Amino acid sequence: MATTVHEPRHLDPRRAPDHGNGGGENSADGDRRLALDYSPPPSSTAIWVVLFAISMMFAAFTSALVVRKGSSMDWRTFKLPSILFFNTLVLFASSVSLEVSRRRIALFMGKVQEQVESPTRWLYVTLCLGVLFVAGQYVAWSQLRGEGLYLATNPSSSFFYVLTVTHALHVLGGLGGLIYVIRKLGKSSLRRSTLEAAARYWHFMDLLWLYLLLLLWVKL
Amino acid sequence: MGKFFAITIVVIAIASAIPIVMHTWEAPADISTHGHLIDEQMSETMAEAGISFLAAQLLLAFFVWQFSNRGVETKLKSFPGGAKALVIAALLVVGVEVLALGVFGVKAWADVYLTPPSANAMPIQVQAGQFAFYFRYPGPDGKFGPIHPERINEGSQEFFGLDKEHDVDSRDDIVTAEMAVPVNKEVHLLMHAKDVGHSFFVRELRVQQDFVPGLDVSLHFTATKIGRYEIVCTQLCGLGHYNMKAYLDVLSQDDFNEWMKKEAAMQ
Amino acid sequence: MHDTSAHAVQHHAPTSFIRKHVFSLDHKVIGKQYYALALAAALIGMVLSWIMRIHLGWANAAIPGLHALSPNGAPGGVLTPEYYLQLMTMHGTIMVFFVLTTAPFAAFGNYFLPIQVGAEDMPFPRFNMMSFWVTFTAFLVLVASFFLGDGPTLGGWTQYAPLNAIGSASGPGQGLGVVLWMISIALFCIGQLLGSLNFISTTLDLRVKGMSLMRLPLSAWAWFITSCMGLTAFSVLMPACILVILDHVAGTSFFVASGLVLNDQVIPHSGGSTLLWQHLFWFFGHPEVYIAIVPGIGIVSHILLANMRKPMLSQRVLIYCMGALAVLSYMVYGHHMFVSGMNPVSALAFSFPTLVITIPATITVLIWVFSLYGSRLRINSASLFALGFISMFVSGGVSGFFLAQPSIDIMLHATYFVVGHFHMVMGVAAMFGIFAGTYFWFPKMSGRMMNETLGKVHFWLSFVGTYCIFMPFHYLGLVGNIRRYSTFVDDFLQPLIPVHRLITVAALITGAAQLVFVYNLIHSRFRGKPASDNPWEATSLEWSTATPPPWDNFGGKHPVVYHDPYQYGVQSSVGDYVMQASPEQVKTDHEEK
Repeated sequence: MATTVHEPRHLDPRRAPDHGNGGGENSADGDRRLALDYSPPPSSTAIWVVLFAISMMFAAFTSALVVRKGSSMDWRTFKLPSILFFNTLVLFASSVSLEVSRRRIALFMGKVQEQVESPTRWLYVTLCLGVLFVAGQYVAWSQLRGEGLYLATNPSSSFFYVLTVTHALHVLGGLGGLIYVIRKLGKSSLRRSTLEAAARYWHFMDLLWLYLLLLLWVKL
Repeated sequence: MGKFFAITIVVIAIASAIPIVMHTWEAPADISTHGHLIDEQMSETMAEAGISFLAAQLLLAFFVWQFSNRGVETKLKSFPGGAKALVIAALLVVGVEVLALGVFGVKAWADVYLTPPSANAMPIQVQAGQFAFYFRYPGPDGKFGPIHPERINEGSQEFFGLDKEHDVDSRDDIVTAEMAVPVNKEVHLLMHAKDVGHSFFVRELRVQQDFVPGLDVSLHFTATKIGRYEIVCTQLCGLGHYNMKAYLDVLSQDDFNEWMKKEAAMQ
Repeated sequence: MHDTSAHAVQHHAPTSFIRKHVFSLDHKVIGKQYYALALAAALIGMVLSWIMRIHLGWANAAIPGLHALSPNGAPGGVLTPEYYLQLMTMHGTIMVFFVLTTAPFAAFGNYFLPIQVGAEDMPFPRFNMMSFWVTFTAFLVLVASFFLGDGPTLGGWTQYAPLNAIGSASGPGQGLGVVLWMISIALFCIGQLLGSLNFISTTLDLRVKGMSLMRLPLSAWAWFITSCMGLTAFSVLMPACILVILDHVAGTSFFVASGLVLNDQVIPHSGGSTLLWQHLFWFFGHPEVYIAIVPGIGIVSHILLANMRKPMLSQRVLIYCMGALAVLSYMVYGHHMFVSGMNPVSALAFSFPTLVITIPATITVLIWVFSLYGSRLRINSASLFALGFISMFVSGGVSGFFLAQPSIDIMLHATYFVVGHFHMVMGVAAMFGIFAGTYFWFPKMSGRMMNETLGKVHFWLSFVGTYCIFMPFHYLGLVGNIRRYSTFVDDFLQPLIPVHRLITVAALITGAAQLVFVYNLIHSRFRGKPASDNPWEATSLEWSTATPPPWDNFGGKHPVVYHDPYQYGVQSSVGDYVMQASPEQVKTDHEEK
């Protein structure tokens, strides 16, 4: 299957900006102080912007947790549901499968290696693992509810739910992004930058989860 | 019209400065031991702010007057020294100015907030709740009995939820609707919020402090002049916020003792 | 068509009415939609302020129409104390969020940033459209609180805890009203984050050939810096709002401490932190006020340059100052909390950066003022508002000297001094930035000139009027006039009521003057003199395209940038300026910097 992935344009050699050109004439050809002929694709900038905003949000939740824990004597720690560790492995595996798929797709698009299997297979694996992760989180929440720990039971359980639910919602968003990539690939109109952005987002969800797990483990 | 703009700015600048220079709008006379530091800080800041304000507005007016609507034949000029001179001037002048204000202001702040109350300061507790202040004196035992939130009942005037039956320390506590203090005696004010955020402000005493639900904050001050002063709530606490106030009576020691006796008898 | 730009535009010229004017992907339409939203919000916010001011001067005045809006809140048209606070809260919320964040940043920025960098549109037009409609929905949710339950929340735009979390027992509007406020603001944050996404990507990635970062106009820099601030600030306010909603609907206790008693009932929440809200809110809140003013700084610089006909003493320094303001804005937020009960040592830690932030602000003013020296300043509505901005920024800024010091704040916190300060910088200076931008860019956006005479009438009434309103606020504050009081009953406040009456009269007159502006906008839109492509003889890219610009901004060809953005005071074939996109060589004795 042919694909038309739009590779980024080649870099033109950039002329050094002419500092201290001072007064006098401006060049008529406008080549003095060229802008980048190759700018990063906007989706690359955009994904960093998005990840930064998400980080700030979780930073706010983190400081809320720390302050809330210290503001009163009513914080009750509890044992994290053990399925969380399984879920962590699942999420990690999904990052691995995403990396595999990303490289295969890149090779495929570069026509370096003819693939027998569809390059989307590993994307579907990632998707399944992602769904499995969310399902596993749901199991974790059910387990907690079974132990009588609900959203409002205790500030520690409140933060557990707030952090894990918010993370899971963002993972669902990431799944949406992967589905978008799969569809675009199927229509042969996937841009390399889109794939990179989706991958970056997904890996960030993994890293974020590791951070949250650590935070919950230490504080709860 | 540029010249008209310039004139307008000059008029506005001078008109704004007049009430300040004539001292028509100032806080009432200070009756505290620490307030003079605040007042000095205020005067210095007013002078520096005033000069900056006037200088900036008058310069703006002057340049607009000189350079507005000039014909195309006039020569463009650039201010000598350029941006570099201005940046250095700003860094030096403003930098030093604000640093000075900051450094000298530390003492005024520290006097109020970073010094502990003296050992023989008189403790008074004030509770702020929608929409009144109530005060509690510890009585002869010098101790405050615990507050039981579930026992608070405004209808029966049980403002602090005291349990005089079971808590020994509560028995001699004196609850009042007005705050009286002896003149020239340090007071340690313990602040308790009953419901939402409130604030305690007495202009003459040069104290303002928020009540924080869940946190015990305290203040200390010494009143130096006999009189009756208003305590007002300055943190939005609900519909009755505008009307939430109490009176502070600074009395001579004898008058204060009289007052305490009367209040104790009414418990 | 084979696209020669680095990134193809992602949509095609719309054909249907809905696609052209309602659900449009075109950044220009989105910009105008934001402007219309801000205008509607400003009018509502202004009417609210009239009602507040009338009540403050004449507590028993029956205000026409109010009884119909809320028979409980204003029986017979006379404001109850709670309804005053509810209107006050809505006034602040609407003005800060839906006017001052929307107009200078989202409206003008959306319209002009892509054009000023030479792009055909923003890189994510669907997110951009979403950004407007999410913001619009947020506005509807907020306004809905007027009509639902027992009215809007009364806790002020700052919504302090635990008043914001305790529920309707603490006052009318504190149940549903708060929840609607929190939902509205959370949505607003999401809308603005989507906007920041586009602004940042546009500035960094879509600049056309020759447009280096240092060649961006100052307005573009301002929008870029503002969007970076927004990214950091809005992503903190949103989770805070979510936590408050949970305290309301889910029984959690993030912000409600233990042992609180309302109406003789112990409140079931416990253990929460009152100050946590203030930290989260002000971490957002202080950058927010710079989000409100920095675009104005950029716009005013941009307009002054076109009207001074000479470059600034240094554009680079202005850019650095805007950047410094943005960075410092995160370090100062505790100056709103000096007497809040937070650690008094932190107060000093916040006080120093607050004093230091004076420096970039001062440098900015000095650059403006001393660039006027030797200029050929043109006086028109746009430049008058720009000059007025400078005056107001100075006036509002110097009161900052006082409020930055915790010891002085003991006397001025929660008084009209603070209210005067922020109204001058936000309510007037930022508004003047919006007005200046409007008079300057209206020709480009609509193809017609605004009426200059009406513009000048608008300026004079507004300039003198706002000084008459807000300068006295400072004096009132110095004698201790407390803010957020619906009526003045205290012994020391009653003598001040006559001053409030004078202020009210000034407010109503100044308010009426704004209607001149609205009339001018509408009338000029349909009957204004047709505008040329470059009526101000300005240099940046928006003036090198058609008036109004075609749907892809440059008619299919991409400009190439040859010059710095403000080459005024040169001799060229067109006059005393050369446009950024003009390949003409010119002689200039001004350094490009």
